[in-house]
Amino acid sequence: MAKKKRYGGYAGIFTDEAKVVEAARKIKSLGFLKFDAISPYPIHGMEEACGIPRSPIPYVTFGAGLFGMSFGLWLTWWTSAVNWPLNVGGKPFFSLAAFIPIIFELTILFAALTSVGALFYFCRLPQIDPPVIDPDLTCSKFAIFVPENDVGYDEAKLAQVFREMGAVETKKVAEF
Amino acid sequence: MIKRNQLILGNKNLKDITDDICLPVETFPSKGWVALFLSAKSLLIFYVVILGLVIANGMGLLGVNHPNGWGTMIITFVFWIGIGHAGTLISAILFLFRQKWRTSVARTAEAMTVFAVMTAGLFPLLHTGRPWLDFWLFPYPNQRGPLWVNFRSPLLWDVFAVSTYATVSIVFWYIGLVPDFATIKDRAKNKVRKIVYGALSLGWRGTARNWSHYEMLYLLLAGLSTPLVLSVHTIVSFDFAVASLPGWHTTIFPPYFVAGAIFSGFAMVVTLMTLVRIGYPQFKDYITIDHMEVMNKIIMATGLMVGYAYASEFFIAWYSGNMYERYVFINRAFGPYGWSYWIMVCCNVIIPQVFWFKKIRRSIPLMFIVSIFVNIGMWFERYVITITSLHRDFLPSNWGQYAWSFFDGAILFGSFGMFLTLFLLYLRLVPAVSIAEIKPVLNVGRDNPAGPQGQGGHAHG
Repeated sequence: MAKKKRYGGYAGIFTDEAKVVEAARKIKSLGFLKFDAISPYPIHGMEEACGIPRSPIPYVTFGAGLFGMSFGLWLTWWTSAVNWPLNVGGKPFFSLAAFIPIIFELTILFAALTSVGALFYFCRLPQIDPPVIDPDLTCSKFAIFVPENDVGYDEAKLAQVFREMGAVETKKVAEF
Repeated sequence: MIKRNQLILGNKNLKDITDDICLPVETFPSKGWVALFLSAKSLLIFYVVILGLVIANGMGLLGVNHPNGWGTMIITFVFWIGIGHAGTLISAILFLFRQKWRTSVARTAEAMTVFAVMTAGLFPLLHTGRPWLDFWLFPYPNQRGPLWVNFRSPLLWDVFAVSTYATVSIVFWYIGLVPDFATIKDRAKNKVRKIVYGALSLGWRGTARNWSHYEMLYLLLAGLSTPLVLSVHTIVSFDFAVASLPGWHTTIFPPYFVAGAIFSGFAMVVTLMTLVRIGYPQFKDYITIDHMEVMNKIIMATGLMVGYAYASEFFIAWYSGNMYERYVFINRAFGPYGWSYWIMVCCNVIIPQVFWFKKIRRSIPLMFIVSIFVNIGMWFERYVITITSLHRDFLPSNWGQYAWSFFDGAILFGSFGMFLTLFLLYLRLVPAVSIAEIKPVLNVGRDNPAGPQGQGGHAHG
């Protein structure tokens, strides 16, 4: 996977789901663009609060499904009617109805595996031992992280905003 | 408004959930687990020996003969594949229907799917008699013509259906596990665990952007698995229905097989869940009696569908006016294999009717017993379909009995050794309830939704 340069930054840690969503909304309204929210589970409404656009994975799935279907159609037609036609019970060499199960399964297989590949691509997975802000972020805590290259980055101001929004802890992050 | 029942009992907070679910992964297993594992593993070793003998000596060790060309291997293949279907139903179809209760059982049901499909997949490969040539099942360029596989054959459709199903189920299961592996890695106090689960978690950190892609992918995989699971047992039923044998050649087979698959699979989920609840008491707060009751209702509903299919087959056999078809069904119920037919009817149609009573639906010992009967009944359903149709076809000179041997019983029981070994390892090594999926439904049905105090990590963290 393409390696993304890691930046340091400033993080606020929260223990309440509702507060972290509010904090994300606030950070966005202050004009920050590259910040991210970290949570142990997907939070309803977090995408809107952070301004994250809809995931493009469905287009990949559709394309891959279409490719799988065409591949299945081509494979069954080319092997059964072109490359080595065999008379099986007097049926047509290109027996489309009988090929539908194969075409269907290949559609699903290509669509599913390519979608997983797309997730890996968009999330830049797999990563080897990426830095973690707080080990409890996969358990019971939530965080907002603002990288130091974001517009208007100011640690003192961020600390104040996080505190106002109910953060239980604010800290400087060396690398995320 | 009707009040919803609480999905998770015991007033947990987020930290409690993580602790409860990670406990079996992070502690030394109990004596009960070790005892079960050693028994399951011994059965697995026995199974490996038996399969080795069958491979070395040939299919003749089993009871297959003329006219019963299909026997225990195919019956048990359909049995295990069917079991797998409930896992996908819970993880994919109930997800699309937004059934929140599914989160508690989805992980284990999916694991059951993966292991059941693995167990099932061996049978057709071995049934070919020369498993070392099984790569011939796949279309690949070769120097024999090239000679391609026959894409018009339902048996080949099955190769594609089952291998796609196995692949997609494993991927779907693993994607669901990634955030939980990250949780275990972040909690790990021991270095090996940190490295192993860190590698399995692929470096997942749970950022909002990643969750957004993740949720989309999960939805897509659920959407793809839904038609896939229906297609798999449909195609398995085509193995029979496309043949022109009376008793097999019926159009009711696809829906009948799918309903039967879900029926048997839910019975296996109930069997396993009752045992998981006994072995890991902390899971009783997640897999509650309400969850078990819902599954029992599904068992009863699908049991009625299966019963309807049995009745409908008989009606059509009479109504078709086809004497062969009529004979097969009369022979099925009153012929030499009548006993297996009545075992099937008792176990699948009559016994699950006890679930009309709420007390029985909510009683752990009784539902365990019923689920065992359903498992037995569904194995016999496939036995009835395969053997009673094959053993007497059009020509009386072609009739004969299936020669059940020691090896038939041995591979049937041995296959449980493989399944249970995998399942017990799963319980030990993998969080058996999805940690990341259960947290968002924590507040369902709670009178006092966990606020900052309830949810926070200050008190416990």
